[in-house]
Amino acid sequence: MVCHDDDVSAPSPVEVEPDLLSDETTQLAKPWVTIVWNDPVNLMSYVTFVFIKYFGYPERKAEKLMREVHEDGRSVVSTGTREEMERDVQAMHEYGLWATLEKAS
Amino acid sequence: MRHRRSGLVIANFTGFEADLLRSLASQLVELLRNERAVPVTGTDPLEAMFDFSGPTTEPDDPVLLRLFPNAYPEDEEAASEFRRFTEGGLRNGKADAAGAIIDGLEEAGLPQQLEEEGLIIDVELDEVTALAWLRSFTDVRLALATRLGIEEDDEDYWLTLPEDDPRSQAHDIYEWVGYLQETLVHALSS
Repeated sequence: MVCHDDDVSAPSPVEVEPDLLSDETTQLAKPWVTIVWNDPVNLMSYVTFVFIKYFGYPERKAEKLMREVHEDGRSVVSTGTREEMERDVQAMHEYGLWATLEKAS
Repeated sequence: MRHRRSGLVIANFTGFEADLLRSLASQLVELLRNERAVPVTGTDPLEAMFDFSGPTTEPDDPVLLRLFPNAYPEDEEAASEFRRFTEGGLRNGKADAAGAIIDGLEEAGLPQQLEEEGLIIDVELDEVTALAWLRSFTDVRLALATRLGIEEDDEDYWLTLPEDDPRSQAHDIYEWVGYLQETLVHALSS
């Protein structure tokens, strides 16, 4: 998978400027989110099914997220590292859901 | 469709329905294989030769763009990178899932050319295959919806079209695949 330099803090033989270091630490602490967007095609039952099947969420949580997608137009369905969120987005695309990832705000 | 004790999902189709489903799945395979997921070659020929990965730009066909949406709407570079690493695999997975529909129907007795009337096709699906069918139903619906221009809450519009309008017929097929999908979700959830 993609290796993004802001995710991995490889040990460096070079001394890092304190400013850069704190920047990187802040970025590492910031999680990423997977967002599923509403579309006029996917069935509510199917979207709920995917959230249960792929994320292993209990039915109630899966339904709540599905409702958010349907009513608010989008919902944050998972949180984690950038790599984890890329995996989730890829899986959502496999299931035909419209998903994107971004840094958590 | 129903879920038996054996854990198999049984689906029953008329010959006409099975033939239609096969044709939809075949068209999907053709689309996925047609606009090849070719990598954008760099200026360095040696570098290009070792670039076995996928495309970095959005597909031209709106159906393919819906099947492989932009994962990073705000970040073009990350979006191409993501596409390069994922689109090829996703394409193959979707083509395989559509292939599972075609194989399943043909193994259950759907002939290459449907001639016999009153033919009933009973398909038995294990869970893995049923999931592949389910995902592929979604892809078929997304493809039809994109071509038709389906929008949120537009059911009334489709009802106003005359029955012999080809778009109305395509919409009926879209609704039918939705019904199949709904039934399959229920069978897999029970």
